[in-house]
Amino acid sequence: MANGTTSGSAPAGGRMQELLGWVDARFPLTRMWEEQWGKYYAPKNLNNWYLFGSLSLFVLVLQIVSGIFLTMNYKPAAAEAFGSVEYIMRDVEWGWLLRYLHSTGASAFFLVVYLHMFRAMLYGSYRKPRELLWIVGMLIYLVLMGEAFFGYLLPWGNMSYWGAQVIVSLFGTLPVIGGGLVEWIRGDFYISDITLNRFFALHVIALPLVLVFLVAAHLLALHETGSNNPDGVEIKKKKDKDGNPLDGIHSHPYYTVKDLMGLAFFLVPFCAVVFFSPELGGLFLEAPNFEPANPMQTPEHIAPVWYFTPFYAMLRAVPAFFGTQVWGVLVMGGAIVLLFFLPWLDRSPVKSIRYRGPVYKVALALFVVWFVILGYCGLRPAVEPFKTLSVVGTIYYFAFFLLMPWYTRLDSYKPEPERVTYHAH
Amino acid sequence: MSEHVDQGRRQLLTAATALTGAVGAAFAAVPFLASWKPSARAKALGAPVEIDISKLEPGALLKVEWRGKPVWVLRRTEEMIAGLDEVQGLLADPDSEISEQPEYARNEVRAIRPEFLVVLGVCTHLGCAPIERFRAGDAELGADWPGGFYCPCHGSKFDLAGRVFKGVPAPTNLVVPPYAFVDDNHILVGQDQSRAA
Repeated sequence: MANGTTSGSAPAGGRMQELLGWVDARFPLTRMWEEQWGKYYAPKNLNNWYLFGSLSLFVLVLQIVSGIFLTMNYKPAAAEAFGSVEYIMRDVEWGWLLRYLHSTGASAFFLVVYLHMFRAMLYGSYRKPRELLWIVGMLIYLVLMGEAFFGYLLPWGNMSYWGAQVIVSLFGTLPVIGGGLVEWIRGDFYISDITLNRFFALHVIALPLVLVFLVAAHLLALHETGSNNPDGVEIKKKKDKDGNPLDGIHSHPYYTVKDLMGLAFFLVPFCAVVFFSPELGGLFLEAPNFEPANPMQTPEHIAPVWYFTPFYAMLRAVPAFFGTQVWGVLVMGGAIVLLFFLPWLDRSPVKSIRYRGPVYKVALALFVVWFVILGYCGLRPAVEPFKTLSVVGTIYYFAFFLLMPWYTRLDSYKPEPERVTYHAH
Repeated sequence: MSEHVDQGRRQLLTAATALTGAVGAAFAAVPFLASWKPSARAKALGAPVEIDISKLEPGALLKVEWRGKPVWVLRRTEEMIAGLDEVQGLLADPDSEISEQPEYARNEVRAIRPEFLVVLGVCTHLGCAPIERFRAGDAELGADWPGGFYCPCHGSKFDLAGRVFKGVPAPTNLVVPPYAFVDDNHILVGQDQSRAA
């Protein structure tokens, strides 16, 4: 299997072979392809949880392409932004599709990224030697949140406006520098045309560049350490006589085909939302955002888009004391920062959920439940029972991570197998 | 020439070059970072605003925009002013000790003249716009509601002097902007009392 007969990428024709040789002498085209994908050995037992990485990549490309075409008709000015979005929706041919692909793509991006991160938690993919891979991934997640936040102001709807108002105000809670910092971020004494203009620049140029760079770094780091797998054992430990992992297979064509199949399955619900329910009952596009921004009128109830609501619920769960509400902001920020330390918080002798003890299994299951509850609370007004649920959820979230060094060490575990478990289909 | 490389000298020169370069880079970053500050036009548009209060009825609220924020002028009735005493015990910061206001508005009525309350209509929690609920015992807020302002976003409550009630998310009273009486009928928002003509 590993004797190099699968180099299907090289064209058969002599002329083409010659051209490729000419290029390879001047640019490492074949080498890059083979190292990064063509002859990259991936574990043969990857299951469907492993589709969300390539799906994230697909959505990134979709967002970049649909975003570029949206900028061709969008006007980043307070007086024209809202109208230009309506213009795209009504007058530009297929403009509605471009916009709905982009707005649905934003939610889809977070959905697949959350599932991708959960996969890492299931199988211990962040553990040594993949700590840096996890950290780069977390940076991608951070930039993605920034990208979503800046992009959300651009339609200049009333929810865009007040959402930005709330989030930018968070920086104002910082002692001493807060006030000046907020003014500096907005470039004005309130969220104005100036703010919109700079958020546009950040959304379409600055952050996408950073994002693409980080994704490249994420893939390079992945292909350096090699992929983890549902058994959490290192396939590089058992190699054949050529030095290739016994339990590895070439990504191409095997995972190329599998990822494409995954994409097909993903596109069914994705297109269903784009074509039949792009607002998804206010979850993907919120009703107050169909009114233009109005600095004098707050929407009855301000809630961020669903992918931010777990953290928004944490923000609201913390009351103000000592005359400042910086504590809620710190808790929300801390919830993200904690994730960076996951590789060192987890002290279990095994990586995969398959060999973990009952304590971690229950802890992780409850974590998912509370994360979803927090997300729901963040969508709702700050009244009971959501207030109490948010407080309990926040406490659980922090306990899950902060107590992890102890309960993962004390938990029982089953011995890992020597090689990956695999049943041919 | 000697083949010996003076590592100490190399390191010193590298460090010195890197340091000089870093200082240069920091200076070069200044124009970019400073370009984010409010521009001359933004500052000009943020100039003080004059409000005519001659036609404001007692018990009525006037909303004016200043620096993109709603400024509220409430002409309080005698009963409204009298009622401020009664809620004292329910307030988080009755004496405006940790709240933001000019010195001349740090009093029980939080105003230069008790009749006119001038505050920013921006919730001190997360910047939403509170709603006027002046009637005591408002249907939505319950029979014990003494009358004031209510923020629909996260449920913060303020009295008729913009003072925050206990047990709500907002930490401080509504902000009193700098303002001055130009004459009996005009308020200038954005300029302090002492500096007014």
